[in-house]
Amino acid sequence: MNGARKVLIDPLVDNNPVTLQVLGICSALAVTTSLLPALLMCLALTSVAALSTAAISSIRHHIPNNIRIIVHMTIIASFVIVVDQMLRAYAFETSKQLSVFVGLIITNCIVLGRAEAFAMKNGVGMSFLDGLGNGLGYSAILIIVATVRELFGAGTLLGYRILPLVSDGGWYEANGLMLLPPSAFFIIGLLIWTIRTWKRKQVEVPELRIHEVHRTEVL
Amino acid sequence: MSDDATKTPKRSRDSISNTLIVAIGVSLVCSVLVASAAILLKPRQLQNEEEFRQRIILDVAGLYAPGADIASLYASIEERTTELASGEQAPVYLVMDGSRIEQVILPIEGAGLWSTMYGYLAVENDGNTVRGLRFYSHGETPGLGDQVDKPAWREQWQGKKLYGPDGEPQIEVVKGPARDDSDYQIDGLAGATLTGRGVSIFVRRWIGEEGYGPYLKALGQEESRKL
Repeated sequence: MNGARKVLIDPLVDNNPVTLQVLGICSALAVTTSLLPALLMCLALTSVAALSTAAISSIRHHIPNNIRIIVHMTIIASFVIVVDQMLRAYAFETSKQLSVFVGLIITNCIVLGRAEAFAMKNGVGMSFLDGLGNGLGYSAILIIVATVRELFGAGTLLGYRILPLVSDGGWYEANGLMLLPPSAFFIIGLLIWTIRTWKRKQVEVPELRIHEVHRTEVL
Repeated sequence: MSDDATKTPKRSRDSISNTLIVAIGVSLVCSVLVASAAILLKPRQLQNEEEFRQRIILDVAGLYAPGADIASLYASIEERTTELASGEQAPVYLVMDGSRIEQVILPIEGAGLWSTMYGYLAVENDGNTVRGLRFYSHGETPGLGDQVDKPAWREQWQGKKLYGPDGEPQIEVVKGPARDDSDYQIDGLAGATLTGRGVSIFVRRWIGEEGYGPYLKALGQEESRKL
């Protein structure tokens, strides 16, 4: 059971797909201006990741090597369409805000990466937990980023007013930058910095070092 | 961790027949999954779309408050048709105040940058002053063109005039900020100049001679007579 626990818990911080592997950044920038669409996106990605890794793992002995990526894509795409249809039926307005980004889960590196790296080599149960864990790791980062952006960008959380805005007679001047994509970069960057300060093991060895050169060598 | 190599011999797995079987099998199962999801959820999705469209009509007319019952509010709106210059019947939605028309809501559509944008334009009973503009369906660039849905941009339309003193359509989305004293200009959207240009062009077309222009002018004259 220890192995299963590790597979589920590891992607939350120690092997987080966003902050350690720096995958899935596109949607992390796009859907985090407010918390509600971010939560829905987390739900969508986590369910797609868990279901598709389980499905791929269940037929892993039969998938021919030379068409394995296209088989993964077909399975992932099908789950994404199903999830997208569900959102349109049961969370219509928020799914409108997510626009193309639910469809783009198909190309999300986290889902395809787990299918290729883990589900092809492990059993159904473990693969399901791995997909779930990675989905939750992605979700954790998205929720943090979206909370910061909505709170400081609009003064609200899930649409409820937390910080009264100056324009409504309060004291908080909304930070418009938070609603623009670059702020998500800054927040994710700061998160990576924080996590790597806390867990030194995640700091990468520089691939290139610039050496000091003596003047004579240059000439 | 890995137990694959022993279970199935590699040769049969990569054979052409197995490749075909797996490809066809996966496609079949996936298509059944996708098709049944689409068919089973369709009625609910259509209902959502219709409710959303009604809500947008109420919203553009300033009648919608969050949490209100859409169906009962929408029942107060009268749906009529008017004949366009082309002979085509076009719908108009009337908000009545007793026997007088308080405002009209006109469906408009046209090309943005990528997509056809569908929306409603609400006009006061003078046939000239805008109450609001809102789109209920479009496929403009997320984060750029889809800023047309932002309340801050939509609210600018309120109080703007459609026609200049000469009766020609003057309303436009400019590039960059609108002049403060202008009755006709709407701020451009950063990164979405072409979406804004598209909106300008098709709004002017819909309120022009080919579109609802004659209807709006007749409405303005009739309602001012009643005063």
